[in-house]
Amino acid sequence: MTNSVSISEKRTARLAKRHRAESRFKWFGRLSIGFGLACVLFLFTDIISKGIGAFTQTYINIEVTFDEDKLGINQSSSEKEIKAASFGSFFKKSLREQNPDVTGRRDKRALYALFTSDAPLILRDMVLADPTILGTTQTVSMIADDDFDTYYKHSYGRDLEEGEIIGRLSDFQISMVEKYVEAGVVEKRFNTILFSNADSREPELAGIRGAVMGSILTLFVTLILSFPIAVATAIYLEEFAPKNKITDFIEVNINNLAAVPSVIFGLLGLAVFINFFGMPRSVPLVGGFVLTLMTLPTIIISSRAAIKAVPPSIRDAALGMGASKVQTVVHHVLPLAMPGMLTGTIIGMAQALGETAPLLMIGMVAFIVDAPATVTDAATVLPVQIFLWSDSPERAFVEKTSAAIMVLLAFLIFMNSLAVWLRKRLERRW
Amino acid sequence: MKKLAYGLVAAATVANISVASARDTISIVGSSTVYPFATVVAERFGKSSDFKAPKVESTGSGGGLKLFCKGVGEANPDVTNASRRIKQSEFEKCQKNGVTDIIEVLIGYDGIVLANAKGSEPMELTRKDIYLALAKLVPGPDGKLIENPNQTWKDVNAALPATKIEVLGPPPTSGTRDAFAELALEGGARKIDDIKKLRKLKADQKDEIAVLVKKLGAEAAWAAAVDKKGAKAKGKDVVKIIGRSVREDGAYIEAGENDNLIVNKLVANPSALGIFGFSFLDQNSDKVQGSVIDGKAPTFDAIAGGEYKVSRPLYFYVKKAHIGVVPGIEEYLNAFVSEDAIGPDGYLIDKGLIPLSEDKFEELADSAKSLKSLEL
Repeated sequence: MTNSVSISEKRTARLAKRHRAESRFKWFGRLSIGFGLACVLFLFTDIISKGIGAFTQTYINIEVTFDEDKLGINQSSSEKEIKAASFGSFFKKSLREQNPDVTGRRDKRALYALFTSDAPLILRDMVLADPTILGTTQTVSMIADDDFDTYYKHSYGRDLEEGEIIGRLSDFQISMVEKYVEAGVVEKRFNTILFSNADSREPELAGIRGAVMGSILTLFVTLILSFPIAVATAIYLEEFAPKNKITDFIEVNINNLAAVPSVIFGLLGLAVFINFFGMPRSVPLVGGFVLTLMTLPTIIISSRAAIKAVPPSIRDAALGMGASKVQTVVHHVLPLAMPGMLTGTIIGMAQALGETAPLLMIGMVAFIVDAPATVTDAATVLPVQIFLWSDSPERAFVEKTSAAIMVLLAFLIFMNSLAVWLRKRLERRW
Repeated sequence: MKKLAYGLVAAATVANISVASARDTISIVGSSTVYPFATVVAERFGKSSDFKAPKVESTGSGGGLKLFCKGVGEANPDVTNASRRIKQSEFEKCQKNGVTDIIEVLIGYDGIVLANAKGSEPMELTRKDIYLALAKLVPGPDGKLIENPNQTWKDVNAALPATKIEVLGPPPTSGTRDAFAELALEGGARKIDDIKKLRKLKADQKDEIAVLVKKLGAEAAWAAAVDKKGAKAKGKDVVKIIGRSVREDGAYIEAGENDNLIVNKLVANPSALGIFGFSFLDQNSDKVQGSVIDGKAPTFDAIAGGEYKVSRPLYFYVKKAHIGVVPGIEEYLNAFVSEDAIGPDGYLIDKGLIPLSEDKFEELADSAKSLKSLEL
């Protein structure tokens, strides 16, 4: 009796120990998930808190009298004459007239520096668009310089601690900013420039349009090349290829390629496309070729998995009904495997969208002012734009960097959600 | 499958067209230090002229010259920026590859600063202090070179605070690092008597070199110099090796090429110093302060006047053969050297470039106008 009691006691003890181990294990799992979520939350809060400011831009509404005499043009002037007129000195002059108490060269320069350096071009474009404004006084919403913008958004009206200085505005400039704010002409608006302009070295004029266009063109080239090639490869390897050493060798190589660091594809692209075939540097076409090489293994592997998941009974049924091998594949296997292939493609594309290293090698890390229109125009892509901005000396680029990261993340989240949705919606389970 | 074939044909045609058609955008490569200035000129040039804005790549000075010297023709860049002068070897390589006529343009100067966070003790250093704090080999108590034993700034110079030596700087691939090693470290090493004497010895004074090398215990550096230069090795080569090697025991922390990152790390760590270009100090003057070096603070005027010693010239090089082939090169060159851009009140000066003196500026304007070829 005593013996059996001790056995049952031991069993109870062991059971309790196993239960404890299980609950410990669960808690470890929960902890690691919690830790991961906390990191993501921290990252997002950091990026969003830094970048949210970039979505607003400060404007100063100033009165500008488009004096025909001062500009030396009139309503019948040709476009060429308008373009040649010196709007730069005209703008400075009107600023001086509005602020007659600003004297001294240094102060005047400081005053001009509160406005974007593109101010003359903005006035010129206004006249070009509508020459009838010559001779009239217009209220112009002028873009504030990045230093003004940063100061107004982040430290104006805040109680600064003793000795705390924010930004680079001089005391005189701060007094001018206060004067403008008191006059009620300073306003914050949604920053459309961020989306309508390409890159610029002036933070207040810099936007992501060029980079987004570059990304779209590059991904377009990548998609039209990699998807058909990958699907064809996967189908051949899965359905037609004889099982022999050569096939095994190819398979090992594809799996290997998926793990090769992306910068190596960049070097390959540089050697083959640019140096050997003489294609131009910095263009989305070559970028797309390189990213195709990089994403092919990913798409091939997921496409093969999708084809493998189609039950053999379907093939057997089709073959039994007298379909040829090609008909079986095209009519039955391919449609059933398509959701899996598309998911793999989207994930491969998302990976390509976030890639910088291979593009470094083929010259897509460059300052390009004009947004690209075709695949052979010089371009950068979004992650490269983030990299370039993060390295710029101007303070205002910090928030632009975070804003660009937010846009990139939005694209990535969208693509990955699309992949999940497609899988949920179209995938069939047997 | 048909679609795929069409797609491939279309892609191939597009590629062919682009290779065959003339390039209409100026292609600029080169130094990451000149990049912030060249891009501003490029952008303004694109907006104010009828030409397209040039494309500017940041490849580093050495990388830029390598691409530049590859040859003449549209596949190669038209302009390269450099934060140092072209080397003899690079010039020869250019000549060999058919890039015979090069226009050299000196655009201004850049100061390299050693800064710490605002609010911490401002540092007053000499170049000798910097050498003793950051070089790999420094003279020990008996005058022989030993692995750098200095742990705090007080070990270096009794007048300095007893804080740990912690300097964040760029990696060896960076031009800023090269210039810092040459100007600050080697400049400081020359203040050590024996090293100063050694530096003056010519290649034919082998015996005297041997004596000094023995005295300094720098046999390894001498061997390396002989290895590199053969019989032509002189005292200066040894000093270069001793002076420009940075310690690797953790006191010098490689913080990547991103200068903004260094600024942020300094704010987070008030006892550390950081090395970066003057334009970053200028933009972040509310966060960091530049250390005084040899009695001069890194101010705009001190660097422009040449009193602040750790500064270097910035250049760009233009391929003469491309002028007239790729549209706008000459106009871009003129836009860059205009009073508007690099004159004493130019827009690049607002971006942190240190302007040339008046004589140099005039000399530059003349030589740029006449498109004078460089001779080395």
